Amino acid sequence: MTFPARIDLADATTFPTRRVEAWKYTDLRKLLRETPPVSPVAAVAPGGPFLALGGDELAFVNGRCAAAPQIVAEGDQTVRLRFVSTGEGTGHQADCTIEVRPGASLLLLESYEGQAGGYVSNAALDIMLGDDARLTRVILTDEPDTAISLARADVRLGAGAGFTQTTLTSGARLQRQETHVAHPGAGASVRVDSVYVLGDARHADLTTTVVHTGPDGVTSQLTKGVVRDTARGVFQGQIVVREGADGTDARMGHHALILSDRGEVDAKPELEIYADDVQCAHGNTIGSLDENALFYARSRGIPEDVARAMLTEAFLAEVTDRIEREDVRDLCRAWLAEQMA
Amino acid sequence: MLNIKDLHVTVGGKPILKGLTLDLPSGEVHAVMGPNGAGKSTLAYALAGRAGYEVTAGTATYDGQDLLALDPSERAAKGVFLSFQYPLEIPGVPGITFLRTAMNAQRKARGEDEVSAPEFLKLVREKAKALRMDFDMLKRPLNVGFSGGEKKRMEILQMAVLEPRLLILDETDSGLDIDALRVVSEGVNALRSPDRAMLVITHYQRLLDYIKPDKVHVLAAGRIADTGGPELALELEKSGYDKYVSNLGDEAA
Repeated sequence: MTFPARIDLADATTFPTRRVEAWKYTDLRKLLRETPPVSPVAAVAPGGPFLALGGDELAFVNGRCAAAPQIVAEGDQTVRLRFVSTGEGTGHQADCTIEVRPGASLLLLESYEGQAGGYVSNAALDIMLGDDARLTRVILTDEPDTAISLARADVRLGAGAGFTQTTLTSGARLQRQETHVAHPGAGASVRVDSVYVLGDARHADLTTTVVHTGPDGVTSQLTKGVVRDTARGVFQGQIVVREGADGTDARMGHHALILSDRGEVDAKPELEIYADDVQCAHGNTIGSLDENALFYARSRGIPEDVARAMLTEAFLAEVTDRIEREDVRDLCRAWLAEQMA
Repeated sequence: MLNIKDLHVTVGGKPILKGLTLDLPSGEVHAVMGPNGAGKSTLAYALAGRAGYEVTAGTATYDGQDLLALDPSERAAKGVFLSFQYPLEIPGVPGITFLRTAMNAQRKARGEDEVSAPEFLKLVREKAKALRMDFDMLKRPLNVGFSGGEKKRMEILQMAVLEPRLLILDETDSGLDIDALRVVSEGVNALRSPDRAMLVITHYQRLLDYIKPDKVHVLAAGRIADTGGPELALELEKSGYDKYVSNLGDEAA
């Protein structure tokens, strides 16, 4: 799969059609043919879904940032990076650069917050991790079912660096979270996880590529999702092990539940291996809740709707359980529980 | 307490129970024995309300109410408990969480207050100890990776905590070694009381050495073919089910 250049909202010729393979399941052109009017300048008070976890805040409101649009992490830092949309029927794009210095550690708590309807948001992040740097990126989206929201992160890692990412999304009218990781091997490790919980006619697209260019790199990926009503989930996960990237250990899993007749999940897991002595595995399942387990829970007095929510949440929690920091994990678990209501 | 009258149940369009009648008074323990394929598990599932077990005729009343009209969770809240022959694994849900959710759901359905966390933990610890279970097992996802014996103990623990009034034990002895059988039976016997009733479904007489029934029913080809005292179970152990099966000819197949 090859990816077109970044989308530029000011240039409609960059809006991909479904004929572009990487955009086959997310038809942006159908909803967005022309350049949208530019969103107005706006401001929001500090806050967002991660406020309770502390740290510094860097907020882009309608694509604009009051400070320099960059994060340079030294030592051990927490930053809440907010992309807030307040434009109604308008569009905006944000560019942000994130650098984690060698040996430094950053907890990046990134939120996509829609405070109006019908906007088009386009975020681009350039992320660079120095040697032995650590980045934990947690992405949470809360956007209306009228919004178009696109985000793309290009991540480069130094030797021995650790990058973990967990995306939690409830989708939008059309939403895509795209992550591209250039993996140097060299003892670096990558984990790219996500959870999608989609209802109504929402759409979420989780697209990732991890390209191993050097030996002895580790990648682990777990995506789980549920769709209800006429929602649509898209998972495209590509791991490439280039020639010479021997000793790579890469694992990818995508598991989804479709809880309605008209829900849809499109999954495209891809492993491309051009090296020797690698350990690569992928698993992909799409199904519905286990009716036997459901009956078992009901036979113990748990009403059907509660039993369904309990089993669905437990299914998804496998992803949030992988988050190391307890306070972050608890917040993500609480988000899951909220989605079940 | 439980009155089953002329019960007909089909599974996948196939008639399995064909006019089963059975009365189980409060305070009694009745065994239902029978050959494989006689409909023993179908009876258990139909009483618990499992989807796919379609009652085409007959009635089952529990404390004078129409049991069959209730949702499975409503039946449980009213005190019906089915101990499964093959308890299900519930990945991602710790046993303790599952049990507390069940208990509070039942209490809510009965209009009672939720149990407090310390009170609940104390209760579960006490019951687990009586069943010689390691409490840490309850922190693991329910039944995931448990041995057959551990799963059955977990069933009895749930029963001890939820305190149902009508207990249906479906092949509780299957998968148990002799020590586990003793512990599980002790757990069951501890629940015997004048205001409870038990239906013990089993293929073998062995379980009835430990859980002594007041009455024994023979289920063959979808009907109660014989009823007697505990001695009937011993007789079956000796002579087998042949006479019930052969008398019924093709129907029992």
